[in-house]
Amino acid sequence: MIASLSMPERQSGLILAIGLAVLGLAMLGAAKEGPMAVHGAMAMVLGILLAFALAGALFEPDAPAGRTALYYDEPTRFGIAMTLVWALIGMSIGVWVAALLYWPEATPLWPATSFGRLRPVHTTGVIFGFGGNALIATSLHVLQRTSRARLADSVTPWFVLIGYNLFCAWAVTGYLMGSTQSKEYAEAEWYADLWLVVVWVAYFALYLRTLARRNEPHIYVANWYYLAFILVVAMLHIVNNIALPVSLAGSRSFTVWAGIQDAMVQWWYGHNAVAFFLTAGFLGMLYYFLPVRAERPIWSYRLSIVSFWGIVFFYIWVGSHHLHYTALPYWVQTLGMTFSVMLLVPSWASAGNAIATLNGAWHKVRDDATLRFMFVAAVFYGLSTFEGSFLAIRPVNSLSHYTDWTVGHVHSGTLGWVAMIIFGALYTLVPQLSGRRTMAWPKAIEWHFWLSVTGTLIYVVAMWNAGITQGLMWRTYGANGGLAYSFLESVMAMAPYYLLRTVGGALFLAGAAICALNVRATMLAAPAAAGATDRPLLPQAAE
Amino acid sequence: MSAEKHHDAEIDPVTGYETTGHDWNGIRELNTPFPRIVIWALALTFLYSVIAWVLLPAWPIGRDYTRGVLGLDQRQVAMQGFAALEKARDDWMAGFAAGDLDALAADPALMARAMPAARRLFADNCAACHGTRATGGPGFPDLTDADWLWGGSPAAIVETLRVGINSGHPDTRVSQMPAFGRDGLLPREVVQAVADYVLALPGGAAGQHHAGAQAFAENCVACHGETGSGGLGTGAPALAGGRWIYGGDRATVLATIHGGRQGVMPSWADRLSAAEINLLAVYVSRLGANGQRAEAP
Repeated sequence: MIASLSMPERQSGLILAIGLAVLGLAMLGAAKEGPMAVHGAMAMVLGILLAFALAGALFEPDAPAGRTALYYDEPTRFGIAMTLVWALIGMSIGVWVAALLYWPEATPLWPATSFGRLRPVHTTGVIFGFGGNALIATSLHVLQRTSRARLADSVTPWFVLIGYNLFCAWAVTGYLMGSTQSKEYAEAEWYADLWLVVVWVAYFALYLRTLARRNEPHIYVANWYYLAFILVVAMLHIVNNIALPVSLAGSRSFTVWAGIQDAMVQWWYGHNAVAFFLTAGFLGMLYYFLPVRAERPIWSYRLSIVSFWGIVFFYIWVGSHHLHYTALPYWVQTLGMTFSVMLLVPSWASAGNAIATLNGAWHKVRDDATLRFMFVAAVFYGLSTFEGSFLAIRPVNSLSHYTDWTVGHVHSGTLGWVAMIIFGALYTLVPQLSGRRTMAWPKAIEWHFWLSVTGTLIYVVAMWNAGITQGLMWRTYGANGGLAYSFLESVMAMAPYYLLRTVGGALFLAGAAICALNVRATMLAAPAAAGATDRPLLPQAAE
Repeated sequence: MSAEKHHDAEIDPVTGYETTGHDWNGIRELNTPFPRIVIWALALTFLYSVIAWVLLPAWPIGRDYTRGVLGLDQRQVAMQGFAALEKARDDWMAGFAAGDLDALAADPALMARAMPAARRLFADNCAACHGTRATGGPGFPDLTDADWLWGGSPAAIVETLRVGINSGHPDTRVSQMPAFGRDGLLPREVVQAVADYVLALPGGAAGQHHAGAQAFAENCVACHGETGSGGLGTGAPALAGGRWIYGGDRATVLATIHGGRQGVMPSWADRLSAAEINLLAVYVSRLGANGQRAEAP
């Protein structure tokens, strides 16, 4: 890592590391105890370790000359490693909490292990840890290749990746200590949120600065998606997390939003986190790695552009469909519902564009598990977006809302679409970064693929059944005009589905573990029969 | 940035379409004509939206919004739905609201309609403590036996449901088993003797000459009855029947006499309607009378 930095960059890094250690010390000193103090200590230790490593490196050989003529992939490698670390953390906790729903009596008598604290560890671990690292790592790769330019500088990507992972670590350790804003997918407390804003702005600036240096006349559509992801996530994160800390020396805060406005802001954030974090960013990933792996041109340039603007325009309206039949005014619900239905068109256009791109490469889909991952991702993207629009229709929502159908829908998107496109991208990218033609264990990809598909199908089908069963039991009336089932009966009816869901999740986790080992083996293996896959950089002025 | 192209547009052999001429690290794009089906789909979903906007409340205008030609109001729709459901239950629920419980219980046709609803009410509100089969558990009385703390007639149960036991309700039923050991009311060895006496009650081995007999007579009979039969309406349970609320092993009985007990039953007056409380009372009273258990959900 550090060997790739020049002496002045090591000095800048040293200053940043010392700054981080001082920030950590200040947090520790101000808070003295509680989550903020623990987080201050974490930042301080990280800052000190980085400072020692960088200071030591000042006396080591400088970065190799001529490095500016090469793409800068070290941050991407680190991001991929963190992607898989978080995948294992987030998915393991997911399987564990799924098992707790089936065996609730297995909950240890230790507050940190209660379902309520572990559940956001799962969601933050997989969405932000696994998904976020994958997005940042691949975006830096795609940005350089499609701009034919090296990253604008070499320190910022490290600041972004290390800072982002510190945010994730603060978030999940905070939940274990009972620290939460109680906003779904935005549970992290105020100082972690502020820290993320700084990191995110640096990321956005790095993206724009590199794009400004590009040697291609046009900006490839993948970059539009990645940029939309970065920009809109910043906007959502800031607005939803505006809060007043109880004290600057403590972790507790209160949101400035109140009542139904709070709920609406939360779901404007929540659904657009799905839209711009879990969709736009990953469409950027798809638009690069799918054509690269299939070695086919994008089927329709026009469709890719129109779908981009369609998705960006329609998504921002639809958050209110999470609040059907609540205190939210009816008219806001109607708008959310109708825009959700219109959103289906650009969504399916994107999925269709991806699948049509495989025309002429179907034999590869058959033979190559990596490309098959991406094909299945596009199919699940189509399925989940159809399901999403369908569930947003008010009468349908009256059946599905508050049931496990929602959980099934989310996982058809996250397992079937997001995770599958990540795995496809990783299996394409990691051999390239390691100077190899293939992964270290090509057959393990096939195992991973079938474990993922089987796990996803078991999970999603179990949750569909569970949710529809719940929804129907809650609304069935007997001949006497009274409700036919008690709530308890609807809980007891869930047992087989919760067991199946645990099995499906465990299969998916097993596949991810195989992937992590395979990536590790590939990164550590000596380069074998390197293929020149990239166009060379054009000569450029140093940063 | 110049608009020059790296590659000239060329024909893709698979699809027959021309490429756009753009090239990013080997990625190209086809200049495929915009698919007509997408435009149709967009038109169709837009039409759906326009229809919904016309029929339903939809667009904000200043501080107001378009009401929609159907004139729907979600609160009104919900209240109408509730009213319709209540009407459907009226033929049997009205009787429970009126409250002549013995007469209601004597009507088998009415009971056949009402009891499934009572069973559901029990599972939703009572089963968490008293068990899905109403057989209770440590700290929570069995409702299927003949022992009642505050009376097992429908009227007595209605009152218990309404005000609760040791609850926050102003008319709450109050009962407390004193902490004879902890508060120093009885010396340690007497507490142990009384415990042994109480444990011997069900088997009939607790005679007048038992070491704990005198202390029991002086301290316990006022609430539990001379023979430990309970049922005095004081909230004190029967001790002679071999059925225990907190457990009948020596350690638990000792803990009860030493530390006392003050079990709580919430008041249901704010959560359930009077008719629902009456319905539940009839249901629970029948569990006791016939010794039958609640049907497990």
